[in-house]
Amino acid sequence: MSFLDYAPAPESTAILNLKSDYGLFINGEFVDGHGTPFATISPATEKTIATIASANDEDVDRAVAAARRAYDKTWSRMSGADRGKYLFRIARLVQERARELAVAESLDNGKPIKESRDVDVPLVAAWFFYYAGWADKLDYAGAGANPASLGVAGQIIPWNFPLLMLAWKIAPALAAGNTVVLKPAETTPLTALLFAEILQQADLPPGVVNIVTGAGATGSAIVNHPDVNKVAFTGSTNVGRGIARAIAGTDKRVTLELGGKAANIVFDDAPIDQAIEGIVNGIFFNQGHVCCAGSRLLVQESIHDEVVDRLKERLSTLRLGDPLDKNTDIGAVNSAAQLDRIRTLSDIGEAEGAERWSPDCVIPTDGFWFPPTIFTNVSTSHRIARDEVFGPVLSVLTFRTPAEAIAKANNTPYGLSAGIWSDKGSRILAVADKLRAGVIWANTFNRFDPASPFGGYKESGYGREGGRHGLAAYLKPAGTARTVTASPASDATDSAITTTKESAK
Amino acid sequence: MSRLAVPKTYKLYIGGKFPRSESGRTYEVVTKRGAFLANAAKASRKDARDAVVAARSALSGWANATPYNRGQVLYRIAELLEGRRAQFVDEIVSSEGVSASAATRQVDEAIDRWVWYAGWADKYVQVTGNANPVSGPYFNLSVPEPTGVVAIVAPQDSSLLGLVSVVAPALVAGNTVVVIASERLPLSAISLSEVLATSDVPGGVVNILTGSAGEITPWLASHADVNALDLTGAAALDWVDLEIAAADTLKRVLRPEGGTDLAAPSLDRITALTETKTVWHTKSLI
Amino acid sequence: MTETQKALVPRPTALELFDGPVTDASLRRYLEGIPGVDAVGLEQRAANLGSRSIKTTSKKWALDKIIELIDLTTLEGADTPGKVRSLVAKAITPDASDSSTPRVAAVCVYGDMVPYAVEALGVHHAKGTDSGINVAAVATAFPSGRASLAIKLSDTADAVDAGADEIDMVIDRGAFLSGRYGQVYDEIVAVKEACRRSDGSYAHLKVILETGELNTYDNVRRASWLAILAGGDFIKTSTGKVAPAATLPVTLSMLEVVRDWHRLTGEKIGVKPAGGIRTSKDAIKYLVTVAETVGEEWLQPHLFRFGASSLLNDVLLQRQKMTTGHYSGADYVTID
Repeated sequence: MSFLDYAPAPESTAILNLKSDYGLFINGEFVDGHGTPFATISPATEKTIATIASANDEDVDRAVAAARRAYDKTWSRMSGADRGKYLFRIARLVQERARELAVAESLDNGKPIKESRDVDVPLVAAWFFYYAGWADKLDYAGAGANPASLGVAGQIIPWNFPLLMLAWKIAPALAAGNTVVLKPAETTPLTALLFAEILQQADLPPGVVNIVTGAGATGSAIVNHPDVNKVAFTGSTNVGRGIARAIAGTDKRVTLELGGKAANIVFDDAPIDQAIEGIVNGIFFNQGHVCCAGSRLLVQESIHDEVVDRLKERLSTLRLGDPLDKNTDIGAVNSAAQLDRIRTLSDIGEAEGAERWSPDCVIPTDGFWFPPTIFTNVSTSHRIARDEVFGPVLSVLTFRTPAEAIAKANNTPYGLSAGIWSDKGSRILAVADKLRAGVIWANTFNRFDPASPFGGYKESGYGREGGRHGLAAYLKPAGTARTVTASPASDATDSAITTTKESAK
Repeated sequence: MSRLAVPKTYKLYIGGKFPRSESGRTYEVVTKRGAFLANAAKASRKDARDAVVAARSALSGWANATPYNRGQVLYRIAELLEGRRAQFVDEIVSSEGVSASAATRQVDEAIDRWVWYAGWADKYVQVTGNANPVSGPYFNLSVPEPTGVVAIVAPQDSSLLGLVSVVAPALVAGNTVVVIASERLPLSAISLSEVLATSDVPGGVVNILTGSAGEITPWLASHADVNALDLTGAAALDWVDLEIAAADTLKRVLRPEGGTDLAAPSLDRITALTETKTVWHTKSLI
Repeated sequence: MTETQKALVPRPTALELFDGPVTDASLRRYLEGIPGVDAVGLEQRAANLGSRSIKTTSKKWALDKIIELIDLTTLEGADTPGKVRSLVAKAITPDASDSSTPRVAAVCVYGDMVPYAVEALGVHHAKGTDSGINVAAVATAFPSGRASLAIKLSDTADAVDAGADEIDMVIDRGAFLSGRYGQVYDEIVAVKEACRRSDGSYAHLKVILETGELNTYDNVRRASWLAILAGGDFIKTSTGKVAPAATLPVTLSMLEVVRDWHRLTGEKIGVKPAGGIRTSKDAIKYLVTVAETVGEEWLQPHLFRFGASSLLNDVLLQRQKMTTGHYSGADYVTID
């Protein structure tokens, strides 16, 4: 027996107390949906976990109405201190039920339990704890004294970090005094519904948070609902584009966290062992289902072969398999559709002449799986160097000088994140200055914290989540019906009659 | 015996040069009562394209200039405007038909606004940036950076103050600008370009187009190399369509403004055209 | 060749690598050219390796393996022949209640205790092989290393003459920290030579870096390269007399050097974390780190050791728990 074939160490699902069916969470209770219910499955086994209600337009309307009522009658009138206390309660409840949430997340999403246990769920609690403290300190958020909330926030989140993205959306919205209608992703609704139970335990006033499940149509009903004041979306750039079009000309405010094709730049003086770890963490964390994944490795030509050799050796120790096994490094791909996309793009990569490599690993027969894969001999013009794969697929490119590294890193319509590996501080700071990306990790990668703003340049979206900046997305200055960004004048058509005399006074 | 005046040829301002429209077109600028004032260049989509190219190539130099330097360059514009007060007042009186004192007020306020924004260049990062207390061994800092190339539709009913109110805040952070001047009141914009050309503002940092906003703006809204679209002065245009066009490349959009405090001076006007960049670095003694 | 003519010869591969004599200047260039270590990343990697969950059959295997890799140690001013005999008895029969319990790799004692250890081992003395128990002696003015080179060499030669199979030497941390790499190097080369027996064979040389005094991971990494270049068979973290002694990140960093040396030359160097590893749970983290960094092949006594004393009893308690299914108590294992 090989020691490295660690004996199975599965996390028990006995901690879960799941229902067979879940309704929509509207006005503080679970109610039936009027769309066609759908199954949520475990991507590791393809077995059904539960049947989930689907919200149609009327259901969304009810949810928005509940959120509006809660906003008008309760939440906007409540003191910041009390709003904060509710958020602190939620943070504690998440901590208390952390193991259960982690198991549910790994079951529904396919991500390794060690990630849901050590990254996702602890960050969820941290996010609520951080924003809880902001609720009665909004005067210091940067929008001036007595800033106002926006109203009802419609929030649509992706399947890659289901509960964490929920926390990123709900915590700042509630702290700022908004109420919420949130739609989890169709393939990963489970933890959002467990979170609804937590809200009941926290005794959060009905309607402050409403969770409606469903597919794209449910999402677009939220986006297009006339009584929604703010849209927050995390997901693909294509859908984000559609949302930006849909809200054009309305008075809705919007933040979008979209795709990315991050460059992870390794200079020849990098701390090499940590850089290898950072490359692995950058692209294979969460099966590469990460918008800020370091999917383009830019390595200085002089150390290319060494880096690739070390990387291959390191990949051979990655363990792919049961997401609930505590030793699993690479879990299941979230859905058949995503697996298909990863396969298609990888095949294109090969057809374009890049060299494909994966370590030997046993792929389970059931479920959706893709081995960790690296492509070498990749050129900037290859599709695997340009398109977001959103899977465990790394493209390796080379550069000769820092200037070339920066040019290649920025040569993308995206601009979400980037990594820099070097022992030379002044170079790191200079390169960080020149990279057109919202989050730069130097000698580390894929770190997240509620105090740290996250969000992209260019087609990676707009607005920031996290930190003080994350509050700006849910606040407007006191006494103004509007702010400079993304909010039209209610009397826009009147502006034509403004005279120079008036504006000059 | 009165002297025969020498009228000025009003041209575009692109990349620090004063070209005529490549289309060869001009349009009549008239007084409020309809009397002929000048023939202004009527910019085409190709002029807009050239302006974006100029703005893009000027971006890195302007964005990477030190904030102190940018502040001084912007302040220098105010100095030069001050020296040309009489010219601007005359043009505003003749084209807007307002009294000399009203025109003077407009010019003075425009100059003061330049000064106000110039002073922000080395401060806005401090006010809107943040050191972030993350729970781990990391140095973590968020700073705003310029968004990039900004296309602006200037307020249509103001010769100088409206223009200054949208152009100056965009420049503070280091963006470069393609601005469509007021269609009806373009003379101040063209004179401003003469100020810019003789100031220390590098060519291409500000590009000024005159002509039909309705004709040119859609090309800028859909131009993939434009990062942000300021529609402050676009209320009379089909601005919803412009916003939809801008969504294709997810441009930052500032919606039209109205009212008497049109484009009032505010820090928000600066930060709306910035991107927040957050840098993490590991931190350890050993 | 007489004793006085014996030239000091470093590891041949080092000479090839340097393409000429190893001097203070060439060493400095070489060691300072080694990629740096980012402490945060290293510690995170170690923490991740430490979070592996080793259960059931893997755990059973691991517990036995830990015992096989232990240098059972007593290094006290109060050591006596009786104490050493007792230690040896424990090494031979770790758990009297279970004869399937493996034996430890070696006993580790001060140089003057070597004769008693050799005598007490008798037929169980492995004499440098992997079958049986070896005698390791700390030498070179352990633990501080503050003595003249002549003293250090005679300290070493005495222990070898007395039958020590392995020498655990300390480097001159003072020289290292003041940048006199050549001096540290020459001393290791000389001690290695002092490990030579009259029949031409060598006692195994473990080079103690005393990482707690080197302080930074960059220093640990350079010292590891230095010790290997000079001919050390093993690199060892600590004397156990300085805190912090062995830590997982330090050991990981040294394993990475060993892996890189193997990649470069094909030679296999051993690693010995010593001091502070007291529980099975901790020791298992080291096994995981070894297996996932240099490979499972390193999990054998000539390539990996634990320098420990109380660790053995914790492993025995865990072993009993796995055998009987219930928790054992301290009185059910012997105190040495």
